[in-house]
Amino acid sequence: MMPTDAGSAAVDERLKAEPLMARLMKRPELGAIAGLVLVTAFFLITANPAMFTLSGILNFMAPAAQLGILAIAAALLMIGGEFDLSIGSMVAFAGMIFGACVVNLDLPLILAVPVTLVLAALIGAVNGIIVLRTGLPSFIVTLAGLFILRGLSLVGLKWLTDGSTQLRGVREAAEGDWLAPIFSGDAFTGLFGWLASLGWIETFDNGTAKVPGVPVEILWFLGLAALATWVLLRTPAGNWIFASGGDRNAAANSGVPVRNVKIALFMLTAAAAALLAVMQVLDAGSTDARRGFQKEFEAIIAAVIGGCLLTGGYGSAIGAFFGSIIFGMVVIGLTYTGFDQDWFQVFLGGMLLLAVIFNNAIRKRVTGER
Amino acid sequence: MATDSTFHHGDTKTAAPIIEMRDIEKHFGNVIALSGVSFDVRPGECHCLLGDNGAGKSTFIKTMSGVFKPTRGSITFDGKPLSFASPRDAMEAGIATVFQDLAMIPLMSVARNFFMGREPTKGWGPTKRFDVEKANAITMSEMKKMGINLRGPDQAVGTLSGGERQTVAIARAVYFGAKVLILDEPTSALGVRQTSNVLATIDRVRAQGVGVVFISHNVRHAMAVGDRFTVLNRGKTLGTAVRGNITSEQLQDLMAGGQELAQLESTLGGTV
Repeated sequence: MMPTDAGSAAVDERLKAEPLMARLMKRPELGAIAGLVLVTAFFLITANPAMFTLSGILNFMAPAAQLGILAIAAALLMIGGEFDLSIGSMVAFAGMIFGACVVNLDLPLILAVPVTLVLAALIGAVNGIIVLRTGLPSFIVTLAGLFILRGLSLVGLKWLTDGSTQLRGVREAAEGDWLAPIFSGDAFTGLFGWLASLGWIETFDNGTAKVPGVPVEILWFLGLAALATWVLLRTPAGNWIFASGGDRNAAANSGVPVRNVKIALFMLTAAAAALLAVMQVLDAGSTDARRGFQKEFEAIIAAVIGGCLLTGGYGSAIGAFFGSIIFGMVVIGLTYTGFDQDWFQVFLGGMLLLAVIFNNAIRKRVTGER
Repeated sequence: MATDSTFHHGDTKTAAPIIEMRDIEKHFGNVIALSGVSFDVRPGECHCLLGDNGAGKSTFIKTMSGVFKPTRGSITFDGKPLSFASPRDAMEAGIATVFQDLAMIPLMSVARNFFMGREPTKGWGPTKRFDVEKANAITMSEMKKMGINLRGPDQAVGTLSGGERQTVAIARAVYFGAKVLILDEPTSALGVRQTSNVLATIDRVRAQGVGVVFISHNVRHAMAVGDRFTVLNRGKTLGTAVRGNITSEQLQDLMAGGQELAQLESTLGGTV
């Protein structure tokens, strides 16, 4: 450590002290936080106050968390300079694999979950290898994946169920499995029951808590956001992700294993989609070929609202975290207002456009383009 | 340029060369890219390789930095015969190349660029992490040594001027133990002030005992900082001149192959 050196080096008469606002402007997640404040203000004014009670908050955090699991992985991939449009279809495909493992093969979760995650990661690796080998844009390669995986999910489910696109019986098959509480249901039910008995949280007339616990996906969401942020900002791998997305050649010339970084990121996004599939299938008790429909776009939108540049090399996992919460708030929040729920799409498109314009301006500031 | 005398110093004629390349030839199929190149670098000198476009400068750099294997000829490194299997080998031996694209990422901070691919870590196992504080402190002090006061280690490279970026790239190579530093046209895209900053950086690096290979087609920049000069023309070196024994006009003529430029110069009134 050379604190004296670092301290005196910072003094340069040509530089004005940088105001706090200017420093904040350089954080990629600023846009998402500003957006969250705006959206919260909007719903505080227009929505039924029930939206901001504990149950209301968990109500919009659950879908936010489900999207967030995808969006955080998608953000890392985008920072690494690639897209994956197949993650929505991957949710359906991995759901089918997981359903088949649990129902048709009668595997316990301790086997079914890893099988699903590994298979998804392998497909992600194939995506990555095709992108790197051919040099084609990942946008096109994974667009093909979007259709292939969706089609395979439909065909596969019909084959597994003799003609239905739904596979039922997952709940019965997974009932009582010791791993199930990790992936479905609510956490901290004991705590919430206790709080209810003290009268500290809202209860029904019979004394049970209105909110039985925190949906586990919210915990996964928080955990993944923290982990992804740590990896990005505090590990060599994080530096490699930024470098690979910022300039592939420059990174490779400096000794960054660009190929491995990108393939690992494709595997990560596919595995994140599979994780979401496991949770959704366990919660619903069945799997459906329409699961994850258009989730790839929502995940990318959340990542972009969170400050990721479409060109790669810049962005944050925390931003994607807030982007996903904005998303959940808007989707669920509109039901608490008098507005037609279909305004949701207009709102989303508007947010996306604003975010892109804002991010573009930010990037110019950061790189000093004039 | 007034810098002419400032940048020159000391006499390095006595030291043994770090790397010596003798009669290097490189053929690509039936194309002879290099047909007899001899070049050496001593510690603490700046040896300029001058050549016009197409003279074979890029092929030469790539042979020296281990990207290409010479078809014929010998390379001696620290007195031992040597052939690099890959650019990595050359880098580990201490031959660093700063290419024109600089291998810098504008959106990333100076500190992150400085340690890109070679991040210092602390902790072990799952807690092994990028030692950001160490990276920041080293970056600030290394840049200060090169005469650049950063606003902070998190300043994005994109906000630096072209000359400053060049200096970051050079500082990075030197910090990671370069004994020979190959600079590919470091001043070609820079303005006057930026150029003199980069030349000053070269002088600093040379003073630390690094052998600098300065590749350029700009005779004025080369004369400002070089200790020795070798001209590459049509894949051949035409001998090496020591500073003081050659004028920029002579170098200019050698680069262009003599005749044509002399004629051109007379029609342009001697301004080339």
